[in-house]
Amino acid sequence: MTSNLNLWLIPVLPLAGAAINGFLGKRSSRTAVSTVGLVFSGAAFAWALSVALRFASLDQVPYQEYFAHWIRSGAFTVDFTLYLDQLSLIMLLVVTGVGFLIHIYSVGYMWDDPSYYRFFAYLNLFMFFMLTLVLANNYLMMFIGWEGVGLASYLLIGFWFTKDSAASAGKKAFIVNRIGDFGFLIGIFLIIQHFGSLDFTRVFAQVQPLAAENSGAGLLTAIGILLMVGACGKSAQIPLYVWLPDAMEGPTPVSALIHAATMVTAGVYMVSRSHTIFERAPMALMVVAVIGTLTALFAATIGITQTDIKKVLAYSTVSQLGYMFMACGVGAFSAGIFHLMTHAFFKGLLFLAAGSVIHAVGGEQDMRKMGGLRTYIPITFATMGIATLAIAGIPPFAGFWSKDEILWKAYSSDHGSWVFWLIGVITAFITSFYMFRLLFMTFWGDYHGATVDAHGHGSHGDGHDGHGHGEPHESPMVMLVPLMILALLSVVGGLVGIGNRFEHFLEPVFGTGMATEAAGEAASRGTELLLMGISVAVALAGLILAWVLYVSKPYLPQKIADSLGSFYEAVLNKYYIDELYAKLFVKPLVDGSTLILWKGVDRKVIDDTVNNAADGARRVSDEVRHMQSGNLRSYAGWIAAGSALVIAYMIWLGVGR
Amino acid sequence: MVPLSYYLVLSGFLFACGVTGFLIKRNIITIFMSIELMLNGVNLSFVAFAAHWHALAGQVFVFFVMVVAAAEAAVGLAIIIAVYRTRETLNVDQVNLLKL
Repeated sequence: MTSNLNLWLIPVLPLAGAAINGFLGKRSSRTAVSTVGLVFSGAAFAWALSVALRFASLDQVPYQEYFAHWIRSGAFTVDFTLYLDQLSLIMLLVVTGVGFLIHIYSVGYMWDDPSYYRFFAYLNLFMFFMLTLVLANNYLMMFIGWEGVGLASYLLIGFWFTKDSAASAGKKAFIVNRIGDFGFLIGIFLIIQHFGSLDFTRVFAQVQPLAAENSGAGLLTAIGILLMVGACGKSAQIPLYVWLPDAMEGPTPVSALIHAATMVTAGVYMVSRSHTIFERAPMALMVVAVIGTLTALFAATIGITQTDIKKVLAYSTVSQLGYMFMACGVGAFSAGIFHLMTHAFFKGLLFLAAGSVIHAVGGEQDMRKMGGLRTYIPITFATMGIATLAIAGIPPFAGFWSKDEILWKAYSSDHGSWVFWLIGVITAFITSFYMFRLLFMTFWGDYHGATVDAHGHGSHGDGHDGHGHGEPHESPMVMLVPLMILALLSVVGGLVGIGNRFEHFLEPVFGTGMATEAAGEAASRGTELLLMGISVAVALAGLILAWVLYVSKPYLPQKIADSLGSFYEAVLNKYYIDELYAKLFVKPLVDGSTLILWKGVDRKVIDDTVNNAADGARRVSDEVRHMQSGNLRSYAGWIAAGSALVIAYMIWLGVGR
Repeated sequence: MVPLSYYLVLSGFLFACGVTGFLIKRNIITIFMSIELMLNGVNLSFVAFAAHWHALAGQVFVFFVMVVAAAEAAVGLAIIIAVYRTRETLNVDQVNLLKL
């Protein structure tokens, strides 16, 4: 079998699209811009599919494709090489597939935006970096992609940069990510120092024979925790999750693609990619699991109280990412990747549907001003309903299979414990509750919105321009088709996990450790079914509770909120974490910079040195210029005095001898 | 025979007189004469050394100095006359247009 897959096409195609749209888009028509944007991302998806079809007949997995060498310094080398195994194949398909659908959706959603071409250039650029990240064969190339998606995310969050909140949300995302990247970089340095290479294959080959660091912490634990710090930044985990809810300032397709389906899962991918290291560092694994579990619960509770439809979804994303890390932390990497994939489907769908809702009601994002929309926008309602069922974990939708897999692994794995499981189940209940709350507040009851007078940024195709926007109206087909496809995937996407097929597919990557578990699995099938039953039960309980509170007795939530008092206030204000960070980190930093660096160092030391040097030169010159009076006799006097000195010196020399 | 040092002392004395006159006098003609005095002080030491070492170079040098001094006197006096005609003074302190 020929083994040239031309993998390089997959990242380079979107890059070409970004370049064409970025440089020429300003003068092109919208049709041309969308054609370029769609063709190049679509071609990347098509090529990824063709690669997937030929994947089974590859004679060597992981398949590596070498292009050029990049850094050669002594024995240390880093090359531009692409790396394809089962794990990167799944990521490849998710990124290009969901990415392509969201490109299509954006054509409709962004049509009326004056910077239409810029949006598609950024979106394609994001695809390029994300695919570089996924296909890298070493940590450094992965880091390029890692930073690149951060850049694209910054550009797209701040897409409407004339809005102050959007500009600062972009900055916040970028800066918070820097903190995580700092950890990631140090982890990379440690790997270079101890293993002399960054290639996945070579590093892992050296890690493989090392024993697990069961007692105390060692090198692998340090590397693992540092990598996890990086993952915390990119994947919005405690304590660095604060940027993601703010990132909702970006256009909704961006929230769907970058801040739900793909970029934020980069941390999960990176941890899974480094599973060889983590498996030998139980303490690092424990850190991953604890952070993931806490984030899942913490973000879910905030999600209950939010009223902005995108903010609910943002906290939900943080919470679901927590699930993925919980899975990685208990050593069930394939379960984490499984959830990553299904989450990409249903969360991408939720965001796109939310965008469709926002578009329908003319830019309003507050759910209290929606309601009763299911008769106005039935297709959006149907797809969003499917996604909600999926995320809530109701069988047979996608989220059920992956979430259940994670919960089961959290309970049964060697690294797992019933504590993780319990918190996971509680979170599942809360997830189900707030998602159905969102659904009921938006689609049931009466429409609370004013008649829509003006359109927000999310506008639609030309066909609509004539009629008044008095009533909520369905989005154009170009937006609905991606919704339907994602809805289909949210229904059937989980079926690949039946009978552990997904896990078996990933076995060549995560391999060891699963075999022993599989043996024990048969015996505990009963337990597994019981746990599955419990998680379905809590999901249904969440649904019913949401129904009671928001449909049948809509006056209750306010009462409950009142009775909880200050606790409710705290949750509503996201536990004051932003305020805490502002006090703890931002204010000291700003004050320190102002008082010490600006007023102290810059003004007092640097400016004053320069100014005093100039002043001193002038003062000395003021004195010295009297010597050049223009008076000949004073010159002669100086000459005479000088020669007298010389003569006196020579006489003294002569006498001394 | 008069010892060389006598000549040198006289030469130094003449030169010092010239310098002093140059520095303290206001009248431009006196200053001019002081310059001549300095030149001649130097000339004296030239011929003294020439006689002492029986070397002609010193005497030849003196001729050059005298030629230059004569030329200088011609040009200098012409300038002095021009200055006096325009400014009606010979006091150097009042010829100060270019001063700071």
